[in-house]
Amino acid sequence: MGNDAPTPDAAASVDFKQVQSTTQFQELRKRHRSFVFPMAVAFLLWYFAYVLLADYAVGFMSTKVWGNINIGLILGLLQFVSTFAITGWYVSYSNRRLDPIASEIRHEIEGHEFDKDGNRVSGTAQ
Amino acid sequence: MIGMVPAVNVAALKDTTLLNMAIFGLFVAVTMIIVIRASRNNKTAADYYAAGRSFTGPQNGTAIAGDYLSAASFLGITGAIAVNGYDGFMYSIGFLVAWLVALLLVAELLRNTGKFTMADVLSFRLKQRPVRIAAAISTLAVCFFYLLAQMAGAGSLISLLLGISDWGGQALVIIVVGALMIMYVLIGGMKGTTWVQIIKAMLLIAGAAVMTFWVLAIYGFNLSDLLGGAVETANNPAVLNPGLQYGKSDTSKLDFMSLGLALVLGTAALPHVLMRFYTVPTAKEARKSVVWSIWLIGLFYLFTLVLGYGAAALVGAETIRTAPGGVNSAAPLLAFHLGGPLLLGFISAVAFATILAVVAGLTITAAASFAHDIYANVIAKGKADADTEVKVARRTVVVIGVLAIVGGIFANGQNVAFLVALAFAVAASANLPTIIYSLFWRRFTTQGAVWSMYGGLASAIILIALSPVVSGTKTSMIQTANFAVFPLNNPGIVSIPLAFFLGWLGTVLDRKLEDTTKQAEMEVRSLTGVGAEKAVDH
Repeated sequence: MGNDAPTPDAAASVDFKQVQSTTQFQELRKRHRSFVFPMAVAFLLWYFAYVLLADYAVGFMSTKVWGNINIGLILGLLQFVSTFAITGWYVSYSNRRLDPIASEIRHEIEGHEFDKDGNRVSGTAQ
Repeated sequence: MIGMVPAVNVAALKDTTLLNMAIFGLFVAVTMIIVIRASRNNKTAADYYAAGRSFTGPQNGTAIAGDYLSAASFLGITGAIAVNGYDGFMYSIGFLVAWLVALLLVAELLRNTGKFTMADVLSFRLKQRPVRIAAAISTLAVCFFYLLAQMAGAGSLISLLLGISDWGGQALVIIVVGALMIMYVLIGGMKGTTWVQIIKAMLLIAGAAVMTFWVLAIYGFNLSDLLGGAVETANNPAVLNPGLQYGKSDTSKLDFMSLGLALVLGTAALPHVLMRFYTVPTAKEARKSVVWSIWLIGLFYLFTLVLGYGAAALVGAETIRTAPGGVNSAAPLLAFHLGGPLLLGFISAVAFATILAVVAGLTITAAASFAHDIYANVIAKGKADADTEVKVARRTVVVIGVLAIVGGIFANGQNVAFLVALAFAVAASANLPTIIYSLFWRRFTTQGAVWSMYGGLASAIILIALSPVVSGTKTSMIQTANFAVFPLNNPGIVSIPLAFFLGWLGTVLDRKLEDTTKQAEMEVRSLTGVGAEKAVDH
């Protein structure tokens, strides 16, 4: 077998509770959650609003806007647009706000570092 | 316009059988060579289950699209739009929007904390045995329902595409498809399966793009005129409005809500989709995978909108309904109308390749779950070495393959289309609450996980058994009996909230607290990628 994934448990000796309590990690957690939770709620509400309209407001959805294109089709296509937009937004948010701080924490744990507050992250990786 | 419509002569389709088979044979030959070449390095468990974690985000994203755009969504959605108009389009929107759950809440965190299976993540900080067993059971259930639906769909496809209508002939084709699938998975493992998915996804999207361009060209690239054509052929302006299929009664409206809920929350918890996130080296690549798949899947569903209304306008709903294969025949008939036997042959071959590839993906997921979760971690209590585990996985592949063939032969001709919806409902009820809770709720406990998973699984299956899809109506699986006490075809609207509630209730009533160290480790690892499984270096 030999090379069954070079043991990831390099991180096994790390005191994760301490890492979890650092302000740096708390900040990462906050940034992550403050983006994904509201966004998840928003797109789910928008999707179910659309489904409810299609279910119970057939007349409104059938209103022709341009040629044979009706409001239902436009709202449906807007679901595509919003899905693509949220995807792009999340990627750019991650690149700017999440990835740098996440890789900073990762490097500090994996290579004998201390965290920003001077707390020693007990246990080190190879 | 109406005079133009009978241009599609269904009887003429039989003449193209040989051509269809030849194109499909070519696909099999090419992919088999690629699978054999790609599998030379299959040595470790990480190679077999997770393709050595060596795929790039774009490659994996294409494979995810390949997994997701099953025959049910390609043929099914095009057909649904062709016959039911707008309501078919609503279906595709649910399938797409669902990917945001995967992108925002699941993919990266899962990649960072797991190894091979969904159960790895769910049992990370809870008690291994009970949680792993529950997660493996629900994985196997989802895979089984999905697999059976795909194999049963193969039967009607065969009658349409190969002109084989007798039961024995169809059974033979199902056996051939199943045997090919077993070979791919045995030889290629996850790497081979992924390559088959990538090739198939590219062919499918390219084929759909050509047809979309063609249909739009016929209508001078004016969507409004295309819609007008569909209205004219159907002689019914309502095909552009919601409600043709789901607006019949208050029950059917509620049913659509229920379906929408299961689609949106089920996708990110489908085990064969989750397993794909382990085939990339990092969480960032997992994110790129989802982004790619969102673009490809979104683009594809925009194509199906044009293709569905195109089939409605150029082929006509009546011709589609009465053709062998019924609603599923919309896309192939449109291909024949546009490009004659050659385009039909291409689309048919892609449809077959789709069944083959999706079934392969499901089989390796089920086999990995059995070997890694049940065998290695529960039966052998973590003492099995990786060689034995992979050996068990390969044997499981054969068993599941044979089960799929037998199930496919017996389900052939049965109305089992509800199985796909059931797979989504089970995934959304049994898997998603526990995934979300264990990633985001510190207090979550083993009892909560077990209650939620079994409660979600059991309620989804029991409700569907008591629903009109199984008994009591002319379109039911069992028409002669009536025990349909639950009025909806889709259990999601009850089973999903119930599973979330049980997860909460089981946790707050649990007197035992979970290990906070493991919770800290999971949270830190999920967000930072510390100690995540690395790519295998050959």
